[in-house]
Amino acid sequence: MASAKEFLEASERKDVRDRWLLSLPALLIIFAAALGPLLVVLLYSFMVKGDYGDVKLWQWSTEGWFSVFFQRDIFDDTVSLADAHLTILWRSVWLSFLTTLLALIFGFPTAYFIATRPEGTRDIWLFLITIPFWTNLLIRTFAMMEVIRNEGILNTVLIKIGIIDAPLQILYTDTAIMLGMLYVYLPLMVLPLYASMEKLDFRLVEAAYDLYATRLRVLWRVIIPLVKPGVIAGSILVFIPALGAYVTPRVLGGGKNMMLGNLIELQFGQGRNWPLGAALSITLMAIVMVAMLVYVRQASKGTGSHG
Amino acid sequence: MAAGQSAIEARGVTKVFQGAGQDAVKALDNVFVSIRENEFFTLLGPSGCGKTTLLRLIAGFDFPTEGEILLHGQDIAPLPPFRRPVNTVFQSYALFPHMTVGQNIGFGLEMLGRPKAEIEARVNEMLKLVRMEELRNRKTSQISGGQQQRVALARALAPAPKVLLLDEPLSALDYKLRKDMQIELKRLQHETGITFIFVTHDQEEALTMSDRIAVMSKGKILQIGSPRDIYDRPSERFVANFIGDTNFLEGEIAGTAGSEAKVKLASGAVISAGLPEGFSGKNRVTVVVRPEHAGLTAPGKKADLSGKLENIVYFGTDTHYHIMLDGGASFMIRQQNSRGGGVGHAVGEAVGVMLEDHAAQVLKD
Repeated sequence: MASAKEFLEASERKDVRDRWLLSLPALLIIFAAALGPLLVVLLYSFMVKGDYGDVKLWQWSTEGWFSVFFQRDIFDDTVSLADAHLTILWRSVWLSFLTTLLALIFGFPTAYFIATRPEGTRDIWLFLITIPFWTNLLIRTFAMMEVIRNEGILNTVLIKIGIIDAPLQILYTDTAIMLGMLYVYLPLMVLPLYASMEKLDFRLVEAAYDLYATRLRVLWRVIIPLVKPGVIAGSILVFIPALGAYVTPRVLGGGKNMMLGNLIELQFGQGRNWPLGAALSITLMAIVMVAMLVYVRQASKGTGSHG
Repeated sequence: MAAGQSAIEARGVTKVFQGAGQDAVKALDNVFVSIRENEFFTLLGPSGCGKTTLLRLIAGFDFPTEGEILLHGQDIAPLPPFRRPVNTVFQSYALFPHMTVGQNIGFGLEMLGRPKAEIEARVNEMLKLVRMEELRNRKTSQISGGQQQRVALARALAPAPKVLLLDEPLSALDYKLRKDMQIELKRLQHETGITFIFVTHDQEEALTMSDRIAVMSKGKILQIGSPRDIYDRPSERFVANFIGDTNFLEGEIAGTAGSEAKVKLASGAVISAGLPEGFSGKNRVTVVVRPEHAGLTAPGKKADLSGKLENIVYFGTDTHYHIMLDGGASFMIRQQNSRGGGVGHAVGEAVGVMLEDHAAQVLKD
């Protein structure tokens, strides 16, 4: 009996070893491709900046991290909060939040519309939703610019029909950045929302109607709680890339209204301050992680309280 | 029937579903039906006959293309579902998966804006009615199919609707549970005094539970009557065929007297048969006889029909005798078995068939 047990244990150990061996290539790729660069960024953020960009290898300093939040006066070395950085940080978070909210407001009815079409035509609508993805992001952003610039379609039409006298200055404002991001990221909200709405049992909607729930109450009490996974997924998919957006604020914000992505690019480019750029990147990642953690916890708590 | 008496009345209801292109489907075709207060009314028919469509029109999920639906004499056809004092038990139960059993049952009352204490009391009352008190705080995914069925019933009954609609609610249950629920439903209907409109394709279910049955086919109601009426006196071939086993005999009307007719069959034998309401007075007719409404007689004895015994099939509770009648039609007799043993007929022997009084019924078509 003992030998049989030993044999079983041995074969189990071999099984475990085999499994690790077999997954080794995948693990290596994950470490090399995902965690490796991240580690480099983290290390660079603690090094001394080079004179013409780059860093002085293996010379440690917390200057990069310090200047994420603070600045030293060049004359008397007094330390104050880095207003510019904080403004950009705040703008990034706020615009990303607004973009996510608006994408949800516009994406929800869109996804509902598609999910309630007959089965055969749903694919056509989904196809239409994904068409913008075929075009280069830069082109799409310039297209948005064409719509909102002072002599653009929007202003021309508004002036023609007499709603405004002078063109609205939308381009190169925060509003422009938000509109651009909304346009670019809306499909990322619609698709996961549609995925969970497609699974929604519409007989539950009928049951709620039958039980005296008005349309609005059906939405709040039945549809939204049931498609919550889609709402969460869509919000994450829009919020994260919006927070790190680079092209859209660069083109539509006109260089004054920077977001974190632009600030980071600046440090690695003209700013020649790689440690600061690296520290800002890590900060961005931390914000994303904290925001997601809070959001997912809040959202799933809402579901839990029903039961 | 007086108008005030009916809980639900459909007047000339037609429902056309616009398909893609030309293929519009007429799910209901000029349906008239009047369902009485406090009645267990069943819509019976094969799938696609329009019974569920009619139910959905009464519930308000669809709107009739033509005609009116009256609830206590008031047209409710244009009202949305949440404005109708009518609740539905769905075939799939459609319980809200994100709510507990108690929250499901209280949902209707909550939407009606009733005070919390009242909802609480009513939910408890309903749980007691369906005997599920201990499962109040369970999630609906954590209870069995039979229990889900009861929750669906309790949820629909909680707001005390004037009419309860049941869309094949028992079809997902296994045989034993279905039997129990049939009795349970009948008890609930009796205790609550609510009008039940029950949709099913199961003739046995319809016969055992209903006060009255409407048999439907292809968007039309063919016959409305008590289970006994429908079974003993089917008025159309479809009804006779759909419910139970039947013998069909072709013949000619030889004379009528009131609601009875003398029918001359192919073999030359003349039998008396009941005439259906609204009989058109045509000459060639089909007569139906239920297999258990006829008996075998020994050769030479007095008989309504005669023929040759072709097959005997023993079923435990009863025995089926298959007879080839002299005119060439086949005929089946079902006889209950008793401990005394069979009569001792043998295959191949010439036998007589004796019909019970009022056993034969002329069909309209």
